[in-house]
Amino acid sequence: MNTVVAQLQRQFQDYLVSLYQQGFLDNQFTELRKLQDEGTPDFVAEVVSLFFDDCSKLINSMSRSLERPENVDFKQVDSGVHQLKGSSSSVGARRVKNVCISFKECCDVQNREGCLRCLQQVDYEYKMLKTKLQDLFNLEQQIVQAGGAIPQVNIN
Amino acid sequence: MVCEMETDQIEEMDVEGLSSMWPEDVGTQADNQFNVGDSDTLKEVDIAEKHTMADLTRLPELMNTTDQGSSQLTNLVRQWEYMQDHAVRLLREELKILTRQREEAEAKELKIIEEHNFESQEPENVPVLDETSHLFRRFRQKKRDELVDRERVVIDEEFDTVAYWKQKALSLEKMLEASTERERRLIEKLNESLKTMESHSAPVEELTQNLKRAEGFLHFILQNAPIVMGHQDKDLRYLFIYNKFPSLREQDILGKTDVEIFHGGGVKESEDFKREVLEKGKASKREITFETELFGSKTFLIYVEPVYNKAKEKIGINYMGMEVTDQVRKREKMAKLREDNAVRKAMESELTKTIHITEETMRAKQMLATMSHEIRSPLSGVVGMAEILSTTKLDKEQRQLLNVMISSGDLVLQLINDILDLSKVESGVMKLEATKFRPREVVKHVLQTAAASLKKDLTLEGNIADEVPILVVGDVLRIRQILTNLISNAIKFTHRGKVGIKLQVISQPSFANEEQKETSVWICCDVYDTGIGIPENALPCLFKKYMQASADHARKYGGTGLGLAICKQLVELMGGQLTVTSQVNAGSTFTFILPYKVATSDDHSDDQDEFSDMVDHHQPEPDDTTEGYFQFKPLLGSIYSNGGSVTGNNFLPHKAMLTTPLKLTNGFVSDPSSNTGQSETVQVENGGYMDESRQNCCPESAHQYGNGNGRCSSKESESCSSSQASSEMESELTVSSPREEEKTETEVKETSQPKILLVEDNKINIMVAKSMMKQLGYTMDIANNGVEAINAVKDSSYDLVLMDVCMPVMDGLKATRLIRSYEESGNWEAAIEAGVDIKTSENDQACVPPTNRLPIVAMTANTLAESSEECYANGMDSFISKPVTLQKLKQCLQQYLQ
Repeated sequence: MNTVVAQLQRQFQDYLVSLYQQGFLDNQFTELRKLQDEGTPDFVAEVVSLFFDDCSKLINSMSRSLERPENVDFKQVDSGVHQLKGSSSSVGARRVKNVCISFKECCDVQNREGCLRCLQQVDYEYKMLKTKLQDLFNLEQQIVQAGGAIPQVNIN
Repeated sequence: MVCEMETDQIEEMDVEGLSSMWPEDVGTQADNQFNVGDSDTLKEVDIAEKHTMADLTRLPELMNTTDQGSSQLTNLVRQWEYMQDHAVRLLREELKILTRQREEAEAKELKIIEEHNFESQEPENVPVLDETSHLFRRFRQKKRDELVDRERVVIDEEFDTVAYWKQKALSLEKMLEASTERERRLIEKLNESLKTMESHSAPVEELTQNLKRAEGFLHFILQNAPIVMGHQDKDLRYLFIYNKFPSLREQDILGKTDVEIFHGGGVKESEDFKREVLEKGKASKREITFETELFGSKTFLIYVEPVYNKAKEKIGINYMGMEVTDQVRKREKMAKLREDNAVRKAMESELTKTIHITEETMRAKQMLATMSHEIRSPLSGVVGMAEILSTTKLDKEQRQLLNVMISSGDLVLQLINDILDLSKVESGVMKLEATKFRPREVVKHVLQTAAASLKKDLTLEGNIADEVPILVVGDVLRIRQILTNLISNAIKFTHRGKVGIKLQVISQPSFANEEQKETSVWICCDVYDTGIGIPENALPCLFKKYMQASADHARKYGGTGLGLAICKQLVELMGGQLTVTSQVNAGSTFTFILPYKVATSDDHSDDQDEFSDMVDHHQPEPDDTTEGYFQFKPLLGSIYSNGGSVTGNNFLPHKAMLTTPLKLTNGFVSDPSSNTGQSETVQVENGGYMDESRQNCCPESAHQYGNGNGRCSSKESESCSSSQASSEMESELTVSSPREEEKTETEVKETSQPKILLVEDNKINIMVAKSMMKQLGYTMDIANNGVEAINAVKDSSYDLVLMDVCMPVMDGLKATRLIRSYEESGNWEAAIEAGVDIKTSENDQACVPPTNRLPIVAMTANTLAESSEECYANGMDSFISKPVTLQKLKQCLQQYLQ
């Protein structure tokens, strides 16, 4: 039993570290994890799922804005990107945030092609992160079910 | 490009055909003219010599009398002699050849004879041939005098002794004969030629011919050359000229001087030059530009040489001029081009240098500003913490050390703030706000603040002329900054007497621009003192950065030397002028003149009500809004008697004078209680009370925050000044009503937490920030945009606002500005004007002017200096860069809540 927990814990550790190393996450995610305690055991998962819901809504609305080649409401797109950038930066979704930065640049110069490209990228990145984090949370659950504690992971 | 141009020029010059020296039309005209006159007909015929003109009688004379002339003749004679010699030599050589030929022929003959002799010797050996030998001897004899006896010999030889020999002898004879004949003819010819030589005409004729040839040659060469030649006597009268100007006739020139012939520029110069050459006796060249009516502007390169006669006396000059107008023009053009080129290059390099320097300066400034800013944040932390530390229990030594620490920190903070201000003004980033304000109030507040921290026996007075409007529009913060700066400066350098501010309306100054002329009232503000004064020689550099009147002063009085520079720049930014007059040991007066728009005072009554509400709590006093004279005496007794709380006052002067103008408002706004009417005894009393209250409140400071108004130990500890201590009490009373949820004061003190408002539109950010706050042990209210924030601030008093910058509906900068404007004016006019729907809540009495400046911390996604500058410019106190972390939040809360 103990060995299973230990294995799961190591697996969790490695996985989390890999997410940092591959640039999916940054220190803000660590901050987020610090905020999770007994009182709010699912805090990270809640925030993250809120974030993903937000992402999908914003991406939908932005893609509608960018749908037609003429008369793109860049202002609206910009506000969406701003929102997304703030959120992603807040949860530590590093790759999403980075795409948002170039997305915003495209938006500033009203480059529709660039915006569409960034939109696709953002879509891809957030979905990617979503599956990765789902895996991570699954691991967490398994550990908890196996009676173990979520290990502290020091990312440096 | 330039090079190409040059080559082009040169090519052009090369290609360009030479125009004739004299204008063509003039030439033909002149010729036509000549055709009419009879005297010139002859000349016309003599085409070759058309342009030549010579005084023929004088020329030979000249030739004979001058060195040049005689040398010419000598040359000709020598040449002739040489030719003759040559002819003679040729003839001699010919003769020599002939002689040699003859000798050869004779030798040949002799040989033949000898051969013959030898051959005939054989027969001689034969006795029979005796006769032949004899014959030969005879033949030889005959040969010697052949000329005489030839016929005879021939006949003799025709003797038929041996046929062969006879034949041979015969042919030889003939050859000899021919040769002799040739010789004879040659001799004849020689004689003849000798004779003809003798009969050759005299050399003069040939000389003449040679001369003619020389002249022809000269003609040939010079005919079309832009050359004029001449000879002038020692009075500079022309004796000879070649290639004269076509319209001038011979008699127009000969015997006259240049000055007599031509008029205009250059003539005199050329005459002078000729004379000079004549006097010096040295040939010389010069370029002279003529500007005559006759042929316009032409430049000649003139060569003049003196002419001597055989007795080495000067008899005149030869001169030769070549027209070089085009060349000169081109040369000048080239020179000009080169010059332009050089100038342009110099300018270019100068420009590059300037640009480089400017760039460097800008970079340096930017760097300075950025660095200053980077230093300010942690430093304010250090100073703030030190101030908090100073409120805890410390022994005497610790307190002293801490005081040094705080005052040094304050000094650095002040310096940095000054630098930031300067760079803001210089880079044009600083934007002026137009807010309504009451000049009397401002003056009073400034003096009050100064008085609160005054440690000298000085009287502070304010004097405002009646005609100064009650309400004007201007950037009150900047004006306050200027006033505070000048006042603190005045106090610093004044040891007794008084320091004051005088306001009066003046007529429009001369430097006013059009825009200002229309809408402005000009107010002249004097800040005067009875201090040490400024020596006249120090006045010019007074407003320069980092300069103080002297190094001694800098040591004695300290300071950054930036204050006045900032004042001046601010005044100029607002379209005014700052000047100074001073007398050593008598005092200085700094005067600034600024234009203000006069505000319509329709909202004035409301304000006044509020104010009078406040004022009514105290004994009657003159109305703030119209009062024209204030005086503040130092509170020496009370302050110095308060052992413990003196520390707070000790660093106050720095704060009051030197921190950013925004912070200064703290002191001002909470003034109503500290009125002029208060007697000294009351002050002392207050001081004592305050001491007590401090000791009570400091250890359990938490409950003070809950109140949100009477914070005494926060960073803005200005409120700790004795005069304001009473305000603390007062405001507690007045403000307690809006906070319905407070049950009793004591309860509040125990349970309440600092009230924090988060203004943020992003749900996730809110969630994260909220969670962090929770972890730090705080709760907070949420507003989703600037409008909500304003309403929240209006309805309840917060201890800290965390404000997102970029938000929909209304962004954080604007919201902050409006909140500040409310703090400034005590009403939400500006917000309403900006379109914020201010909900009039049931607790209208809550709309009291705030007693403290609300700390607003920006949360910005861009951590660039520019954006943070913007935050400060809009009235924010500091900023946290996003994403917010626990650490950052903790620091911020520590700074503003403890």
